[in-house]
Amino acid sequence: MKARPEQFQSRDRTWQPKALTPAYKSTRLRAPGRPPVLFANTLSETTGPVFGHDMIGPQDNDLICNYASSDGAAIGPRIAVHGRVRDENGRVVPGVLIEIWQANSAGRYRHKNDTYLAPLDANFGGAGRTITDKKGCYTFQTVQPGPYPWPNSENAWRPAHIHFSVFGSGFAQRLITQMYFEGDPLIPLCPIVQSLNDPAAVNQLTARLDMDTAISMDRLAYRFDIVLRGTTSTPFENRLEGN
Amino acid sequence: MGTKLRLRESPSQTAGPYVHIGCVPNTCGVGRPFMTDLGAVMLGDKTPGERIAVEGQIFDGAGDVLKDALIEVWQADHAGQYATATAGQPGVFSGWGRQATDLDTGRFRFETIKPGCVQCADGRLQAPHISFWIVARGINLGLNTRMYFSDEAQANAKCPVFLQVEEQFRPTLTAERNGDVYIFDIYLQGAKETVFFDI
Ligand SMILES: [Fe+2]
Repeated sequence: MKARPEQFQSRDRTWQPKALTPAYKSTRLRAPGRPPVLFANTLSETTGPVFGHDMIGPQDNDLICNYASSDGAAIGPRIAVHGRVRDENGRVVPGVLIEIWQANSAGRYRHKNDTYLAPLDANFGGAGRTITDKKGCYTFQTVQPGPYPWPNSENAWRPAHIHFSVFGSGFAQRLITQMYFEGDPLIPLCPIVQSLNDPAAVNQLTARLDMDTAISMDRLAYRFDIVLRGTTSTPFENRLEGN
Repeated sequence: MGTKLRLRESPSQTAGPYVHIGCVPNTCGVGRPFMTDLGAVMLGDKTPGERIAVEGQIFDGAGDVLKDALIEVWQADHAGQYATATAGQPGVFSGWGRQATDLDTGRFRFETIKPGCVQCADGRLQAPHISFWIVARGINLGLNTRMYFSDEAQANAKCPVFLQVEEQFRPTLTAERNGDVYIFDIYLQGAKETVFFDI
């Protein structure tokens, strides 16, 4: 069995969004009023559930096909989304369960609470799962999600995005975030994006068009790398691979 | 020569109101291709330990219940050991559970066993507890808290983590027992605001 890390580096709460960001209205009644209580990690924080590659089915990471009828496919611009998971020390993280969910290409979610007038796509569910390989890499095949309106304020629209849920090896690394698309003019208008305090943080959540991975006459590709909290052990000497 | 890397953690963004699609697809009618929801079952028939359920609701600052939240729990087994086996194997205690708050009532329920005491690095024992992680629309960064047990007052009084919480706020972490069910209501704001942790 692998040795468990003693501690994760404390979370940089100036880099992470504040709990209360009033322009995103739902935070007003849901942001805790008191700051969180800091304590040193115990096993309860440094351990977490373990997921195996055997739980992933062959189409789980292919949202174009995984809900579609046998001769069908999701409607919309076909894309691959791929990247690598590292920790703050630059170490690649294998065995990470990644779950994604998204609206269809018209901006509609397959969810009973989504009442947007854009149509559902009978061949698109909008959920995917995968586990990073030995090099920390993952790939999803999907269609580009559409932007959609939301009731935050008059004429509020979300930029196109894919929701990501990521597990590290410790419960303290648990992360949910959203991936945006390079060049989307709605990014600077969105109060959820703007909950981030630093343009570099927005940049980190913006996937880059990746023509090297795009497939001619088939699909475009976007690259989205993910960083999980690292341990307090000495950073590891290396160059960024693949950059 | 390499350079010392120091990357920044990916910034969090809210899980939004449709987190079910990705994390508990069978609660919102997606299902295909994921016929079971991960974390729905935490234990098997033969898992040792005292069977309990944990139930509650999450309240916002207006006193309304959250009907669109997702909760994950992580806990030790009856002997205070964390599972190292792969989650999701039938019959094996995983220590990990995931449930949405009910879309109509906002209630959540985990069926599990009472955890044992977990050691700290210095050998002191933590009182039995269950770690919670809560995400939802309007929560920009997942909220961490812990549930302690009201019928473990002696262990709680010696738990190094519990004792770091100001005494006046400790009751917000303590679930009351009602038969085999512990009631753990979570308050995001207000006079009864739950203690959240920076772990
Ligand atoms: Fe969304």
